[in-house]
Amino acid sequence: MPAVQETIEQVRSIDVDKYKYGFTTEIETEKPEKGLSEDIIRYISARKEEPEWMLEWRLDAYKRWLTMTEPGWAKVEYPKIDFQDIYYYAAPKGQDAPKSLDEVDPELLLTYEKLGIPLKEQEVLAGVQGARVAVDAVFDSVSVVTTFKDELAKHGIIFCSISEAMRDHPDLVKKYLGSVVPVTDNYYATLNSAVFSDGSFVYIPKGVRCPMELSTYFRINEMDTGQFERTLIIADEGSYVSYLEGCTAPMRDTNQLHAAVVELIALDDAEIKYSTVQNWYPGDKDGKGGIYNFVTKRGDCRGKNSKISWTQVETGSAITWKYPSCILRGDNSRGEFYSIAISNGRQQIDSGTKMVHLGKNTSSRIISKGIAAGHSDNTYRGLVSAHAKAANARNFTQCDSLLIGHKCGAHTVPYIEAKTATAVFEHEATTSKISDDQMFYCLSRGLGEEEAVALIVNGFVRDVIQHLPMEFMVETQKLIGISLEGSVG
Amino acid sequence: MLEIKNLHAKVAEEDTEILKGLDLTVSAGEVHAIMGPNGSGKSTLSNVLAGKEDYEVTDGEVLYKGEDLLELEPDERAAAGVFMAFQYPVEIPGVATMTFLKAALNAQRKARDEDELSTPEFMRLVKEASTKLNVSQEMLRRPLNVGFSGGEKKRNEIMQMALLQPSLCILDETDSGLDIDALRIVADGVNQLRGGDRGIVVITHYQRLLDYIVPDVVHVMSRGRIVRSGGKELALELEKSGYAAYSEEDKAA
Repeated sequence: MPAVQETIEQVRSIDVDKYKYGFTTEIETEKPEKGLSEDIIRYISARKEEPEWMLEWRLDAYKRWLTMTEPGWAKVEYPKIDFQDIYYYAAPKGQDAPKSLDEVDPELLLTYEKLGIPLKEQEVLAGVQGARVAVDAVFDSVSVVTTFKDELAKHGIIFCSISEAMRDHPDLVKKYLGSVVPVTDNYYATLNSAVFSDGSFVYIPKGVRCPMELSTYFRINEMDTGQFERTLIIADEGSYVSYLEGCTAPMRDTNQLHAAVVELIALDDAEIKYSTVQNWYPGDKDGKGGIYNFVTKRGDCRGKNSKISWTQVETGSAITWKYPSCILRGDNSRGEFYSIAISNGRQQIDSGTKMVHLGKNTSSRIISKGIAAGHSDNTYRGLVSAHAKAANARNFTQCDSLLIGHKCGAHTVPYIEAKTATAVFEHEATTSKISDDQMFYCLSRGLGEEEAVALIVNGFVRDVIQHLPMEFMVETQKLIGISLEGSVG
Repeated sequence: MLEIKNLHAKVAEEDTEILKGLDLTVSAGEVHAIMGPNGSGKSTLSNVLAGKEDYEVTDGEVLYKGEDLLELEPDERAAAGVFMAFQYPVEIPGVATMTFLKAALNAQRKARDEDELSTPEFMRLVKEASTKLNVSQEMLRRPLNVGFSGGEKKRNEIMQMALLQPSLCILDETDSGLDIDALRIVADGVNQLRGGDRGIVVITHYQRLLDYIVPDVVHVMSRGRIVRSGGKELALELEKSGYAAYSEEDKAA
């Protein structure tokens, strides 16, 4: 039975505290002073026992960052961030490099258990619903554990924290880090390059189809702490990997900064599928607190016939500034972007994608579904461009917005640049409202108001939900219900 | 089953009264037809009974099984067994008809403190209801009412009625937009639901539907009130003479 049909049961079966991941873990933390300086960068690098070249890389990024200014073009508003009022590193005490699950603080394990993230391999194996997922769990600034490493290693797959990769696989890191998102790409990416703490590293060797889903689960716990994770995924020739990313944070009444960089590289005939369910704390209904999510995600279809597919479900964060993009460099390469962005309360989302066609016969597809409720603002911003040499570039874009209530806004800002006459770009956009008639019809069949909204919204996003891996499909349908609570009446 | 006493209603935020003291009593097991010309208030009556927000009741009362119906929210009315077959069923893109049916049925069951149906039980009920109304599996997979023909939409309404097993059914101009074959299927569907304790109110402009759904009582509605009631022969009389007499009669009065 298609998961969509289960929607209402799913929505119903969850407990409906507004943000159910809002708890705090009581754990002793080590962190240096607040603020950003060369000393802090040296501290981070030393804590991670990084090679010298990495420190140089960071310091170079920091120097460049000092000369840059915050971008102001996004349709979001927030008070100026005081970058000296943030902790740039926070690690649960004694968790720098746990060798196995037994060494991990039980308090941390409990946290992930509460979040529903399975970290014990034997439990995952014993799990009722066969699907296995290898997890890298990142808590504040450090990766606390990565599961299924041994089994993956049998296939030659490297899945570990990026700190570990720098020590154990320096050649790969050196070769690819910053090769998709250059150090000076943008203000937040440069900041990330200077202070990034942890994140995941994946390498899939030639011809290998990764036998399980890989995932990273990010958790910000400490107050006033920024999370600057860095993820690097390399799919070598003819390989395939599906990667999932999830994120939550406690409810805090101050804003917290999350400035991540994700780089994907697909070589000849390789495919990467990257799915995100972003559920950072969105702040309360009056807009107090919540995460500032300023993220740079980019995939490089470096080889011919390669494919990168981004699927994102954005329900959290006070502010989202995020454009997972594809550089279609290899001939016949293909990029996809499927997005559901839901904003409620005072949330602001400015999100979309860039599809940069460089190679011949490259194609891309963008399906974006924005849902705005409450007093929120929801903008799709997308660029589709074709280089002069990108003969026969093809793009299809569909942007649909759904408004719930009278006080929210939905905006679509497409940029289209074609430098070759053979490019064919199609753009379709719609804006609709949940009509009173639709609501009345549902109610008069016995559905409650929130159930009706969840059902209609799930219908609206169906085209995108179908592209999510099973694990995320169910979670997403639940999330849609939760995110839109209080959006009617 | 249903007692409407001196019902006055208007469109919210407008002054003109549309229902002006309407009285109607439907007993358990009966089929009543309400006929009347355009503008007589037929649609307002069905909307008020279903609980549409845009209408305001200014006087009178509506009792359903002895309880005040107007106090209930639309979803509560549905759970209590009131069903409205819409004149213009709405489209809900992306929501498969089957998904919608399951959501509706389980929402009603939940409101009545009954267990939700298991998928096999649900499938069995849908199959039963859909076969009667000539609704194909393919139609059940399509998004609710999206791209449905007029006949398909109406069949879908009556199928929902058969599935949800309401106590009181209100059919608002169910015959509009139907060709003769679709009309027969829909009427057969309604006839199978007749009897027992179920009350059915058929609201229609034309007598045609009543050839197939033969009512126990026919009411003529004009200018917001029931102006005449009688047996099924009243419908035939109307067919011959039209509504002109009632408009005149009403004017004279």
